[in-house]
Amino acid sequence: MSLNLLLKVWRQAGPADEGRFETYTPRDVNEDMSFLEMLDVVNEDLIAQGKEPIAFDHDCREGICGSCGVVINGIPHGPKKMTTTCQLHMRNFKDGDTIVVEPWRATAFPVIKDLIVDRSPLDRIIQAGGYITAPTGAARDGNEILVPKPTADLAFEAAACIGCGACVAACPNGAGQLFTAAKIAHLNLLPQGQPERWSRTVAMVDTMEEYFGSCTNYTECEAACPKGISIDFIAKMNRDYLKAKFKDRRQTTKVDTSEAGA
Amino acid sequence: MPGLDAHIPPGPLEEKWTTARFETKLVAPQNRRKFEIIVVGTGLAGGSAAATLGEMGYNVKVFCFQDSPRRAHSIAAQGGINAAKNYKNDGDSVHRLFYDTIKGGDYRSREANVHRLAEISLQIIDQCVAQGVPFAREYGGLLDNRSFGGAQVSRTFYARGQTGQQLLLGAYQALERQIDAGTVKMYPRHEMLDLVVENGRAVGIITRDLVDGTIARHSAHAVVLATGGYGNVFYLSTNAKGSNVTAAWRAHKKGAYFANPCYTQIHPTCIPVSGDYQSKLTLMSESLRNDGRIWVPKDKNDRRNPNDIPEGERDYYLERMYPSFANLVPRDVASRAAKRMVDEGYGVGPLKNGVYLDFKTAIERLGRNVIEQRYGNLFDMYANISGEDPYRQPMRIYPAVHYTMGGLWVDYNLMSNLPGLFVLGEANFSDHGANRLGASALMQGLADGYFILPTTIAGELANFLNQPVPSTDSPAFVEAENGVREQINRLLTINGKRSVDSFHRELGQLMWDYCGMARNRQGLETALQDIEALRQEFWRDVRVLGGEATLNQSLEKAGRVADFFELALLTCQDALHREESCGGHFREEHQTPEGEAQRDDEHFAYVAAWEYCGPGKPANLHKEDLVFENVHLAQRSYK
Repeated sequence: MSLNLLLKVWRQAGPADEGRFETYTPRDVNEDMSFLEMLDVVNEDLIAQGKEPIAFDHDCREGICGSCGVVINGIPHGPKKMTTTCQLHMRNFKDGDTIVVEPWRATAFPVIKDLIVDRSPLDRIIQAGGYITAPTGAARDGNEILVPKPTADLAFEAAACIGCGACVAACPNGAGQLFTAAKIAHLNLLPQGQPERWSRTVAMVDTMEEYFGSCTNYTECEAACPKGISIDFIAKMNRDYLKAKFKDRRQTTKVDTSEAGA
Repeated sequence: MPGLDAHIPPGPLEEKWTTARFETKLVAPQNRRKFEIIVVGTGLAGGSAAATLGEMGYNVKVFCFQDSPRRAHSIAAQGGINAAKNYKNDGDSVHRLFYDTIKGGDYRSREANVHRLAEISLQIIDQCVAQGVPFAREYGGLLDNRSFGGAQVSRTFYARGQTGQQLLLGAYQALERQIDAGTVKMYPRHEMLDLVVENGRAVGIITRDLVDGTIARHSAHAVVLATGGYGNVFYLSTNAKGSNVTAAWRAHKKGAYFANPCYTQIHPTCIPVSGDYQSKLTLMSESLRNDGRIWVPKDKNDRRNPNDIPEGERDYYLERMYPSFANLVPRDVASRAAKRMVDEGYGVGPLKNGVYLDFKTAIERLGRNVIEQRYGNLFDMYANISGEDPYRQPMRIYPAVHYTMGGLWVDYNLMSNLPGLFVLGEANFSDHGANRLGASALMQGLADGYFILPTTIAGELANFLNQPVPSTDSPAFVEAENGVREQINRLLTINGKRSVDSFHRELGQLMWDYCGMARNRQGLETALQDIEALRQEFWRDVRVLGGEATLNQSLEKAGRVADFFELALLTCQDALHREESCGGHFREEHQTPEGEAQRDDEHFAYVAAWEYCGPGKPANLHKEDLVFENVHLAQRSYK
C-alpha cells in the first residue's frame, strides 16, 4: 500500500548555517520501505529537481553499526521501540501522517550538515578507559578464565550498545550516562576487567562530564535505546564510581601506558 | 613467463609459519618509533593491525570513512568465528580446520596460508577473551561452540548473533587505547583516493576529508590496506552502503595486481528483495541453518499458508540432495540449490522469489526459549523487515551477494607485488580460495591484523631503518594529488541528468544477471559490452550536485561507482577466462551431470592476478600456480 506523507526535514548547510525545516511530499512511499529508503526516494526526487539531497549518516542498514539516527516526531529513532532508524519501516506510519525529521540535538553533538552530527565525544570516553589492557600475544587459553553464564549474559547485554547516541539525544540534559555506563558495566562485570575496574570507572566518568550534561534520572535514554540497554547499569556505574573514590587515590590515577611494549 | 612468487617458506606445512617467524627480520623495540605506518580501514583486520602496531611502538596513522572506527562493516557479522580448539572433543584439530577450509574453498587457495590461519585461530580466541569479548558460555563458565556450514564439528565461537560487533569492539577498544597513548593518530571521516607509488614502491596515500573536502598527502614507510570487499559492485548486497572498492582499485591502477575478482560469494540465507526501492539486502546468519530446515512446496502452484502445507507435500531439498551435510552444506552449494528451485518455479512469497527456512521442528524440540536465546536478534530483525513473525511461520530467504574472495594479490607475508603495500582481510585474496566457509572471515581478519602483519611487516621495514619518511613534495605525490583533484572536478562539472544511484543500480543488475550465481560465455560477453557502454554514459550524463569543499555524499558515491564500473569489467574478464566452475564461480558450461561445479585442475589450478594496463584496455594476466602437497584434489562432495 502506498502512503501519502508530509515530511518536514531539518536542512542546515554547515555548522555556521542557522538551519531551517523544509517540506517535502514524497511520492510512491511503500509500507515495506525502511525509513532510510524513504529518504533515498526523496533524495532521488531532489536530485532530479537539481536540488542538493538530504545528508544523513547511515551505513550497515541492519541496525548494528550505529551510524544512523535521526529524531522522528520528537523521538530519537522514531516511534517503534528498540529499533534503529534504518530498521524502522514505513508500515509504522499511516497515510496522511506528517513526519518531522531532525538531527540529534545535544550540545556535545554539533551539527555538521543537515541530519549529520559529530559524535566524537563518545570515542573520547572509550579512549579514557573503555578497554581491557591486553596487548596482543599475551593471552592465556580462553577456557582458563571461567565466566559464569549469568555474568557473561549480563556483560553481553551491556556490550550490545551500538554507540548511536540516541540516549544523549533523548535526554533533556544531553547526558551521556547510558552510553558510558554500558561500557563500564560490560568491562567491570567480567573477571578480565577487574584489575583496571576502579581507574577505568573514574577516568571514563570524568571524561564524560567534560562533554555531556548531568543525569537527573529522566530515564528517557532507556526508552530511546534501540538495543534496550537498562538504566540499572547507570546505578552500577554510580556505585563503582563512589567505591573508586574511596579507594587509594593513587590507584585511581591513570597510568601512562604509552611505552607499553616499546 | 615465470609464475608469481608467493615467497612461501620452505619445509613441512606445519613448520612454515614457525620458520617464517624465525627467518623474518626484526625491528627492535627502540627502533619502532622511527617508522611511520599508514593503515586504511578499521574493521577487524585494520583495527586489530593498527592497535597491535601501536602497542609495539610504531607510529601509526589510521583512516576510515565512517565517523568512528567502531562502525566498520565487520560489525555486522552475525554468526561466529572458527577456531580449532576442539573444546567439544569431536575430533577437531588444526589440520582438520585447514583441510575443511581448503576443501570449502574448492581447492583454489594456498595451502601454506590456510594452514597458518588454522594455527592462529587458537590464539585469536585467547586474545579476544582477554580483551573481554563476551562470548557465549556454558553454565560452568566455559566457552560454548556451535556448528556451521561446511564442517562436521562444532568449532564456532559466538556472541549471540552479534559476534562481529563484539570482536570489532574488542579491536576498536584496543585501538582507542593506543589513540589515547599517542602511538596511533586516527582520521575518521577520511577517504583514501589514491595510492602514491615512487620507484615501484608504495610511499603514501592521498585522502579527502569528507567533512570539509580537504585533499591531503600522507607518506609512510609502509601502507596497509584493510578496506574490505567489493560486493557492492552488485549494488544490492549484504555489505554496508558505504563499503567500496576505491582504495583497493586505486592501488590496482597504480600497479598492484588484483587476484581472482570473479570469486564472489552469494550467501544462501538473506531476506528476499521486496521492491525496486530496495537499498540493500539483509543477511540472516548461516547459523540459522543449524536449527532451521529449508524447503519449498512440492507443487509449484501451492499458494497455501506454509503452515497449512502438510509434511508430505514439502520438499526439504537440501536434506534430499545432500543427506550427510543436509541443511549445512557450504554456502555456494546451498545458494545454487535455492536458485534452481526458484528458477524452476518453486519460489515462495508474493514475488515467488524465496524458499522457506522453517524453525517449527526446532521450536518443538528445544522450546521457544532456546531458539530465542540463540537467534533472538535475528528473528526480531526479520520481523521488522518483513512484517512477518518467524516464530509462527517460516522465514522466506534467498541468496544475496555477501563476500568477495578475490582481492589484491599478496604474497605469504601479505605484501602485494608493490613493495611497501600490505593488504589484509577481505581486501586481499589469499585464504578462502573460490568459496569462503562461514565463520572464517572474522578469523582471517583478526589473524591478519593481530598476528601476521605485525610479524611480517618488520621484515620489510627493517630494510629502511634510519631512512626518513618519504617526502610528500615529490613528483609522485604531486601527480597523485592532481589526479584526485581532476577526477573530483570532472565529476562535479558533468552536470548530466542521471543520479549516481541510478547508474549504480543498473550496473548491479547487469552484474547480477550475467556475473552472479551462474555465468556463461555469452552472458559475460554481453556484460562486458553493456557495462562499458554504461560506464561511458556515466561519464557523460551523471549528475553530482553540491560543492567540493563541503560534506558531499553524492560526490563520495560518484567516485566509488566510477571505480565499481572498472572493477566490474575486470570481474567479467576474469570470469570469462576461467573456463571451469569452482566455488563461487559457476560457469554453466562446466558442470557435472548432477549440476555441481566441475573444476579443471589441469588448466586452472592457479591464482589469476591481473595487471592494470590503462583505461579501456584488457588487463594482463599473471599466474601463481597453486601447489598442493598435503591435500588430495577431489571433486567436493557433501552428499
